[in-house]
Amino acid sequence: MIHTRALRRVFRGRKSTVEAVAGVDLNVPQGQTFGFLGPNGAGKTTTLRMLATLLPPTSGEAQVAGCDLRREPARVRERIGYVSQEGSSFEDATGRAELVIQGRLYGMSRAEAGRRAGELLQSLELTDCADRKTKTYSGGQKRRLDVGIGLMHLPQLLFLDEPTTGLDPQSRARMWDEVRRLRDAGTTVFLTTHYLEEADALCDRIAIIDHGRIVAEGTPEELKRRVAGDVVVVGTEGSPATTRKLLLEQGFVRELSEEDGTLRLYVDRGETAMPQIIRILDGAGITLTALSLHRPSLDDVFLRQTGRSLRETAA
Amino acid sequence: MKLLRDTWLMFLRYLMIFLGNPAWVIIGVAQPVLYLLLFAPLLKSLVHIPGFPPGGAYNVFVPGLLIQLGLFGASGVGFGLIAELREGVIERFRVTPCSRLALLLGRALRDILTLLIQSGILLALSVPFGLRPTAAGVLVMLGLVALIGLGMASLAYAAALWLRDENSYAPLVFTLSLPLLLLSGVLLPLQLAPDWLQHIAQANPLSYAVTAARDVFNGNGGSVDVVKGLAIMAALALVGIAVGARRFARAIA
Repeated sequence: MIHTRALRRVFRGRKSTVEAVAGVDLNVPQGQTFGFLGPNGAGKTTTLRMLATLLPPTSGEAQVAGCDLRREPARVRERIGYVSQEGSSFEDATGRAELVIQGRLYGMSRAEAGRRAGELLQSLELTDCADRKTKTYSGGQKRRLDVGIGLMHLPQLLFLDEPTTGLDPQSRARMWDEVRRLRDAGTTVFLTTHYLEEADALCDRIAIIDHGRIVAEGTPEELKRRVAGDVVVVGTEGSPATTRKLLLEQGFVRELSEEDGTLRLYVDRGETAMPQIIRILDGAGITLTALSLHRPSLDDVFLRQTGRSLRETAA
Repeated sequence: MKLLRDTWLMFLRYLMIFLGNPAWVIIGVAQPVLYLLLFAPLLKSLVHIPGFPPGGAYNVFVPGLLIQLGLFGASGVGFGLIAELREGVIERFRVTPCSRLALLLGRALRDILTLLIQSGILLALSVPFGLRPTAAGVLVMLGLVALIGLGMASLAYAAALWLRDENSYAPLVFTLSLPLLLLSGVLLPLQLAPDWLQHIAQANPLSYAVTAARDVFNGNGGSVDVVKGLAIMAALALVGIAVGARRFARAIA
């Protein structure tokens, strides 16, 4: 559904040139839900905006929904739906009016657009507030309407830019159901998110972007398996620098990352590593303040690939 | 064909939104009405000064007031666009196959309609004060207001897309529209101005609209000045559309 090769975007400012996307290769199979993760400023939204025809690529090739992105943006537009992070409905318009105008811009007749709007309002449970101005909507209602607007013309491919950011847990769960239903209906969904558990729960495949490049790609399971073994989190008194140096010398520590003054150690077997860690630190006169054992999460995948936690970079 | 359909759809959309809040017509017309009530009476004692155009205070002042309505009314339209930009609405339309020119024209047509309704209200209110309109005068007058509205609204939208922020848009618009107003002869006829001021005013396209409006209200419908005023406003509208459409078509990063 999406194939890109060396997709690149450079922003030229007055003083500096920023390579926001530095050559991205993506393959999104039809009918799957694809998660696109990355810290702020990693090139996530720039990539999405290029794929949605909002931003011309500086170089590279892309096929979106079977059409060449650079040569036939108009045909790409007919086939895709796009739900931006900011939302997409105007506060003084009613939900129904926003859906109808959207359908009509894709060439539907008034009757056709009215019928389709009615269907969507019903399936998104927005019938009760359909004829009220959208400024009276709750966050969850507004977000569902945004998705409805993106789905009005039955696109083969739907881009969702952070669909659940700022939603309460209940609205988030509703949105997840909605994305699953889309997948069941055969729609390819390309979504960006800050929430790793969201990517884990919804996506067939995931790509992680950092500094404008894809640093990892695969199914959530594959990615987690790549962070082999267990994660041991170590907190100590004083500067973690000495502890870090000491632990890196140990053979059983495969990798180590630092976050908020605590250390995350990637080890093969956590049960045997923990007593060793206690002994080593004790021997060096370092006081332990915390020690815990975890199974690798997508957050660990992210941390290892980007050196940052997704949570701390989340807006 | 697609351009016409998309423009019509966009026009209907903004008309519907506008009908949800019709109070704006009244708010927009309040300022010129205040000028009519509290400023125009001052002119009555000036009509005998040498150089003051013929036709009486109201036939001189009201045409200018309508040009001012067009200028101020249209220059404020960018605020609505900035609100829509912030809410992601413009981006949403840019992902649809909708014509980029229609995104501009649909809105601008709604703005013109608003201006024409306001002009009608202002003209009707002016009659009891002593305005003596002619059918040709009203027609040409509305044509001028529509052209100014189209040109200035398009430029205002271009500025809004460029700045994307009310806090920089507002000062820009007010800083630019005040000299345009002062150099157009709306408040007092430029015939009273010293030579140097008249020369500067010649560079202001709106001064030609004001001259044309006054001429046509005072029975000189076919004068060169009327044709010149209409032609210059039509050119302004075309320039505005070209600039605005370019902004709408460009990628918004």
